[in-house]
Amino acid sequence: MKWLSDDKLAHLLGVVGTKYAFVKELGRGGMGTVYLAEDRELDRLVAIKVLSAPEVTDDLRRRMIREAQIIARLEHPGIVPVHDAGTLPDGRIFYAMKYVRGSRLDEYTAQGASLNDRLRKFQAVCDAVAFAHAHGVIHRDLKPQNIMIGSFGEVLVMDWGVAKIREDPCQSAVYNTSDGTIIGTRDYMSPEQARGEIEIDERADIYSLGAVLKFLLNDQKVGKAAKAISAKAMASVPGDRYASTAELSADIGRLLDAESVSAYRENALEKTWRWTAKNRFLVLLVLAYLVMRIFLIFTSRR
Amino acid sequence: MDPDTDIGGPLHKFPVTNHSAIVGARSDDELVRRRAFDTILNSYWKPVYKYVRLKWQATNEDAKDLTQGFFANAFEKHHFASYDATKASFQTFLRTCLDGFVANERKAGQRLKRGGDKDHYQLDFAAAEAELAAHASASTLTPEDYFHREWVRWMFTLAVEAFRERCVESGRLVQFQLFERYDLDDTHVSYASLAQEFGLEATTVNNYLAAARRDFRRIVLEKLREITATDEEFHVEARSLLGVDVK
Repeated sequence: MKWLSDDKLAHLLGVVGTKYAFVKELGRGGMGTVYLAEDRELDRLVAIKVLSAPEVTDDLRRRMIREAQIIARLEHPGIVPVHDAGTLPDGRIFYAMKYVRGSRLDEYTAQGASLNDRLRKFQAVCDAVAFAHAHGVIHRDLKPQNIMIGSFGEVLVMDWGVAKIREDPCQSAVYNTSDGTIIGTRDYMSPEQARGEIEIDERADIYSLGAVLKFLLNDQKVGKAAKAISAKAMASVPGDRYASTAELSADIGRLLDAESVSAYRENALEKTWRWTAKNRFLVLLVLAYLVMRIFLIFTSRR
Repeated sequence: MDPDTDIGGPLHKFPVTNHSAIVGARSDDELVRRRAFDTILNSYWKPVYKYVRLKWQATNEDAKDLTQGFFANAFEKHHFASYDATKASFQTFLRTCLDGFVANERKAGQRLKRGGDKDHYQLDFAAAEAELAAHASASTLTPEDYFHREWVRWMFTLAVEAFRERCVESGRLVQFQLFERYDLDDTHVSYASLAQEFGLEATTVNNYLAAARRDFRRIVLEKLREITATDEEFHVEARSLLGVDVK
């Protein structure tokens, strides 16, 4: 029997299937299954989300298409790009996105990431979410499992399947990719989301980001300022949270720079301690200078 | 698009479980069971042999004995009948059984001797060995992915062979030859050059190729049907392998 080379095998798979050679299943969600697949035409690996066949309804189809459209319009380095979308010959909706090699945020932290690294990654998540918010898109299911850290340290926010478009320019009414049911993940869900409220806004994502931050700080020695940022983001009343993701990101930036954060009012002692910690080389220099002067004063008197 | 070649089109109805060798492996009828076993053996022996060579670093002689021994043992002890489709794919089940068998053999130090008390199947190990020598060194896949890849390759190889036989039997050799030239040969040919080569109209080449691909696809799905136990498993495998739903 004639040997079928990899190229011929790929061709034959294309003859009987699609241009995507499905390598393995990566995961299953509420709407569909994500596969690792090889794009035989472009010779690259992609992640393909395919609407689960047995549960296909018009609503699911609409949501799936909407999800692809949402991601496609969010061109940001922190948001996984969509390469292709369409209908498989058997009628199922699919979209192909970049295959991110790396770890989920929860796996990444389990590998022993430092506090500063965690905060920088978190800030990158905030920036991606802020970009989405600026385009009227609310993610509604932010959690460590939906955040990927790529092999070059890049941060990508994934799974926009239950995202909501706050103001669709094409429609007068508020358009949701999934409405009328409680969506999200319990541990990371804002109280208003958990109550099934429809009119949620960006502050629901800010709550989830606070929960993600809390997760990141969980096994770390952190000061009151870091905890306060998480607590403020997770305030049960939306009005008590950060007004925007950009504000949350800015506070994380200040925390990384050892500056005062808006979420926490320091007393004088804490302020001094933080200033000292931030300027420890200067403080050491001044102390060394003072010790030298005192030494000189004493020796000159003898 | 030719509706018959449209994936998920009207010609994709398959009988439910009556062609499944996995179901046949559970039969009380010795003949049915033997036939089912032969199908499983035929579908898997080559990936099994290569996997044993690669993952277990077995010599070719050991790999032959282990492959023969594994299938003989499985048939004798009705291992394939215990497969539960709700837990894993049959392919994963078989590979797990194989790993357990090889590990036990290694542990016991009781290498099965060819021609011993186990069944001795006529398998073309020399061809498998030649393929390994020519192509396995470049593989960067994990042993599990390699097993899957080789299984897919072997299934398609068998499908091509089955397609050729059917074309010969039904007097449609030209269709197979066109398929072979256009879809299997390494050199790229156009429909026009095939038309000239076979003395046909270009539209006839187009129609013959469309029909050939449709028939080939049907055979691939039949092969897949044979080695899956349930409808669900069949659909999952077809979806995973071909990206299509077979209704």
